[in-house]
Amino acid sequence: MAIEARQPPSQFVFKLRRALGGRSGWAGVVYQVLFVAALVWLGYEIVANAKSNLAAQRITSGFGFLENNAGFDVSQALIPFSGSDSYLRVFFVGLLNTLVVAVVGIFFATIIGFAVALGRLSPNWLMSRIAGGYVELIRNLPPLFQILFWYKAVLSALPNPRQSYSILDYAYLSNRGLVIPKAIGGPGLTAFLVAIAVAIVAAFVLRHYARKELFEKGKKIVIWPYVLGLVFGLPLLTMLVAGQPFTLEIPVLRGFNFSGGSRLIPEFVALVLALSTYTAAFIAEIVRAGIMSVHKGQMEAGSSLGLSRGQTLRLIVVPQAMRVILPPLTNQYLNLTKNSSLAVAIGYPDLVSVFAGTALSQTGQAIEIISITMGVYLLISLITSALMSIYGWRLDRSMQR
Amino acid sequence: MKRVSLVLTLAVAAGLSAQTASAQTLKAIQDRGMLSCGVSQGLPGFSSPDDKGNWTGLDVDICRAIAAAIFNDPSKIKFVPLSAKDRFTALQSGEIDVLSRNTTWTISRDTSLGANFTGVTYYDGQGFLVKKSLKVKSALELNSASVCVQTGTTTEQNLADYFKGNNMKYEVIAFAGADETVKAYESGRCDVFTTDVSQLYAQRLKLANPGDHEVLPEVISKEPLGPMVRHGDDQWFDIVKWTLFAMLNAEEAGVTQKNVDEMAKSDKPDLKRMLGGDGNLGEQLGLTKDWVVRIVKHVGNYGESFDRNVGAGSKLNIARGLNNLWNKGGIQYAPPIR
Repeated sequence: MAIEARQPPSQFVFKLRRALGGRSGWAGVVYQVLFVAALVWLGYEIVANAKSNLAAQRITSGFGFLENNAGFDVSQALIPFSGSDSYLRVFFVGLLNTLVVAVVGIFFATIIGFAVALGRLSPNWLMSRIAGGYVELIRNLPPLFQILFWYKAVLSALPNPRQSYSILDYAYLSNRGLVIPKAIGGPGLTAFLVAIAVAIVAAFVLRHYARKELFEKGKKIVIWPYVLGLVFGLPLLTMLVAGQPFTLEIPVLRGFNFSGGSRLIPEFVALVLALSTYTAAFIAEIVRAGIMSVHKGQMEAGSSLGLSRGQTLRLIVVPQAMRVILPPLTNQYLNLTKNSSLAVAIGYPDLVSVFAGTALSQTGQAIEIISITMGVYLLISLITSALMSIYGWRLDRSMQR
Repeated sequence: MKRVSLVLTLAVAAGLSAQTASAQTLKAIQDRGMLSCGVSQGLPGFSSPDDKGNWTGLDVDICRAIAAAIFNDPSKIKFVPLSAKDRFTALQSGEIDVLSRNTTWTISRDTSLGANFTGVTYYDGQGFLVKKSLKVKSALELNSASVCVQTGTTTEQNLADYFKGNNMKYEVIAFAGADETVKAYESGRCDVFTTDVSQLYAQRLKLANPGDHEVLPEVISKEPLGPMVRHGDDQWFDIVKWTLFAMLNAEEAGVTQKNVDEMAKSDKPDLKRMLGGDGNLGEQLGLTKDWVVRIVKHVGNYGESFDRNVGAGSKLNIARGLNNLWNKGGIQYAPPIR
């Protein structure tokens, strides 16, 4: 142990030279700086040249159009929108529509994916075959085809609004989508919401207490009846005291369509169904691979401690498998988000459809609009991977403890 | 992905070319031996391919007439089918030489797209198609209806204006392609299908039971349809513009596909001027003396093309109406060839 590793000379210049490439001497550094400068110059030239050529052809350029009136309507807008709003607002309407499909799709894809993976690993012969069949069928069909299948074969086969399926006269299902009653705030709304928040906080405190008792004294406390009582009981109490928290606006068939209530348009439903089932097939395989990468001794160790199969999976196997699952899972989330641009095929007003489609052809400003759209997709993807990295980092840290 | 590649072409063309080509379109077409013509993806009467892949229609005839004038051969054309969304990008990027695709002439399209309209091939207006079983008799009864429309069209904006102006609510479902829009209407996703009236008649033919649907009486907009060319090449602009005018002038003078050869021998000064017996009007355009003869011989005059494609001689059977010549009760009026 007497030999000490020789420290390399830790000089700044040396490191810089290494970082910039293998060439020794200042020549290497100079070449690289020149190369970067040439790239920047080329980029600048392209942009400047494009601008002057567009001006010469009298094609309008620049981002001024974002403030102009759009003059068209959109079938689904999460923020108030009418034809007299600007193209900038069209952009946000489209972006929110894309995000809502992505978030809802990712949520369902994850649940279905995990369920199918566990089904496929289950010792039950029938269940594992059904799950295997699902994966093989769904992942081998193109996503666009599946979207069209749900939209054209399934949802458009529903009856028209006048003959719609009624669900207890409160909700209606037709080829115009699912209409459900809308909650409109009443006098007791504030108290009601506060009660729910209090109940949730109390439930977490209870859980914390129960875990502490379990870890420190080995005492097992069953808390779920209390939690249920809190979450349902407290809000009910406030309803008795402070009055109705909200009234329901029930949809009524008036003219061609239902008025009142909230509506899920069939384009949205078809897109979410297709994307979440499609991505779930890939997620299932990723999860299965992750679980199988955990040594089977872990499973045996779990059962020898007297844990059930479910408990072993939940407490021992899945947390270890997550390290393997996470990076490819991120890829699938990104794929789902990007596949949501297939919405254009069924007329769902996502970002590509209303902004890179309608707004583009009405303003003719292709270069600007396509750049903005590409930038947005890049940003969404980077944010998604950043969130997944943070989760992975926390997971790693908790493993090391 | 066609859209992205078009935009890339446009970006690269705009970014890298040192100087945009001007006054070179005709020469480029002659060198290539072929006219590149942007048309619809299939609209009976205006531009649609038959079962052998031959394109026919009123919009197609404009391109055929241009090709006839340049090459004396109406088949030297590459047809590029474009959706409403992609059409302007295709023209800007230089993928097509002329856009002849039932496109409405508006001020914003004339000023901001770097392209010009060359004339009006068809005077149209926007209307509504509904199922007869709905028992709707007027567009003003369409409150709360779901409306199918094609995106990237003037139709979409007229629709918003009309319903807002009449204080009616509606739900719009916008599709990228004309076929998807019609299918969605047919499947019952929408109560109403809206587009230019001529297209309503054309698309109705594609429905399973055309008799179950009717076009409402209201025409809610002016839709003058015409060909477009890029800015910056005035010679090419003149050629496309005067091709239509030549067809209109031929009809006015009674020159038809059948009698054009005899008419060319006539001594009447206006016919001599038009058909190349006198002067060098065609050469000034960059074409040949007999350019009008070529157009009429291969394609026919405007009236013949109209009848064959959308009028009495076609399945659409649309009356001439506004599209009749100015001296026969319509508003089609071409400047003189002189």
